[in-house]
Amino acid sequence: MKTFLILGAGTGGTMVANKMAQALDPNEWRIVIIDRDETHYYQPGFLFIPFGIYSAADVVKPKRNFLPPQVEVIFSDIELIEPEKNRVKLGRAKKTINYDYLVIATGSHIHPEETPGLTDEAAWMKNIFPFYTLEGASKLANFLKYWKGGRLVLNIAEMPIKCPVAPLEFLFLSDWFFHERNIRDDVEIVFATPLPGAFTKPRASAILGGMLEDKGIYLEPDFNIMEVDTTKQVIRSYDEREIAYDLLVTIPTNMGAEVIGNSGMGDELNFVPTNKYTLQTEKWENVWIIGDAGNVPASKAGSVAHFMLDVVIENILRHMEGLEPLPKFDGHANCYIESGFDKGVLIDFNYEVEPLPGKYPLPGFGPFSLLQESHANHWGKMMFRWMYWNILLKGGEMPFESQMSMAGKWA
Amino acid sequence: MSAILETVTFNDEGFLTDPNAWSRELAEAIAAQEGIELTEKHWEIIEFCRQKGLESGAAPTLRQITKGTGISTKELFSLFPKGPAKKVAKIAGLGKPEGCV
Ligand SMILES: Cc1cc2nc3c(=O)[nH]c(=O)nc-3n(C[C@H](O)[C@H](O)[C@H](O)COP(=O)(O)OP(=O)(O)OC[C@H]3O[C@@H](n4cnc5c(N)ncnc54)[C@H](O)[C@@H]3O)c2cc1C
Repeated sequence: MKTFLILGAGTGGTMVANKMAQALDPNEWRIVIIDRDETHYYQPGFLFIPFGIYSAADVVKPKRNFLPPQVEVIFSDIELIEPEKNRVKLGRAKKTINYDYLVIATGSHIHPEETPGLTDEAAWMKNIFPFYTLEGASKLANFLKYWKGGRLVLNIAEMPIKCPVAPLEFLFLSDWFFHERNIRDDVEIVFATPLPGAFTKPRASAILGGMLEDKGIYLEPDFNIMEVDTTKQVIRSYDEREIAYDLLVTIPTNMGAEVIGNSGMGDELNFVPTNKYTLQTEKWENVWIIGDAGNVPASKAGSVAHFMLDVVIENILRHMEGLEPLPKFDGHANCYIESGFDKGVLIDFNYEVEPLPGKYPLPGFGPFSLLQESHANHWGKMMFRWMYWNILLKGGEMPFESQMSMAGKWA
Repeated sequence: MSAILETVTFNDEGFLTDPNAWSRELAEAIAAQEGIELTEKHWEIIEFCRQKGLESGAAPTLRQITKGTGISTKELFSLFPKGPAKKVAKIAGLGKPEGCV
């Protein structure tokens, strides 16, 4: 029996388990997946929790429900990966597993301790919150319920972050939320970002920046946070700019899983060096990547993990046949950006083509307007949760093509 | 504007399109345009980034620079104000650092 091992049963790992269960002969292969957590989190839903749109119950389900019965599931910490020896050591389960093929899907995670002062006990989860964890999002919801207003500062500590549009969505929803609660005039909203503008790509940045301005959200670009001074309630940049806050919402430094670092497999942020077109790791030919865990310069998003899926599966199966992997992953990302007041914006892009305005033709659902606010885009975003649980995780056919298409885009 | 800048092409975001068209004189001219006069310390960083960038095909990120040169983030910001990683990449004739996706 040969072993196909998957590390991490989040978005990417779950999809790979489902696809491989169909593709591999059960008489020849045993498929094993490992995760420390029995709960699957629908992370895109975290965005809606601070505003009371979703509750915790809307974003969690047991991981087991999404994994096929023939896949062996082990709930344990992964302690060490030894790619030279083709084996993985588990903590809680006190086991060593030898593998023939390995897929790493351990994701990316926030590290607030990377920024001095950010996790000061007096302030952390009191008037400083992340919303990239369920705990942070839920505590922020409680805080906002009773907040009377003041200055809300949203800060991105450092790029890259997963779901790079989520901070913008948070800002747009804040504007809407404070309007609804009739305290918009009492709230100043500031966006302090290390980027030179609202977003990473120029045309989208201009349009989304315009939307921030229209909503009266103040943008502080090129702001690289050095520290948080929780006594003075200011964040300070390396070039000595200070921004005062009453409420600080932080997107802390994002890093790959610690086990990647401990196993000496990662770069300085614990992301695994990976071929950006084939999704094979640079160093080990039987080790592959899906989702946020690699260092590929694509957005770290569930939609991207989904676009990676067909490529990584095909390439692994080719490799098993002794064939060369195909350079088919084009960096395709497709993100609905919730913009408040039941509207949204859609962006669609890849390594080569930045987000462009136009129409996204989606048979049966669309067209959705690109880089332009519409109600349909908001429904697209809300529908995504249903598609995530019911189609995407199971590796089913989504109405999106893996490779980006120029149809409908205004180049 | 310095004449040497006219001899090469830059993309929309101001990065040199061909890293092989780079030279030390060109670096001086780009830096001057950014309002930076290059000292030995600057060159140490530029050379690290050139080497790393040509090796890996991508301009190093801020973290890679601090880790690779041992120069603190704070000092990097005083040498290359605002976004050091981006500034060095520009001056070193490399593309935009890929941290920004
Ligand atoms: C607030 C927010 C909003 C988002 N919005 C969107 C959106 O609108 N659209 C979109 O497409 N994407 C969105 N995303 C991003 C999306 O959720 C992620 O990109 C996606 O889940 C990545 O999948 P993954 O498989 O790489 O990692 P994950 O799904 O995070 O899974 C990683 C798994 O690895 C496990 N693991 C890690 N280390 C260990 C270890 N040592 N031992 C055992 N187990 C371990 C973890 O427990 C986890 O289950 C959002 C994310 C956030 C935080």
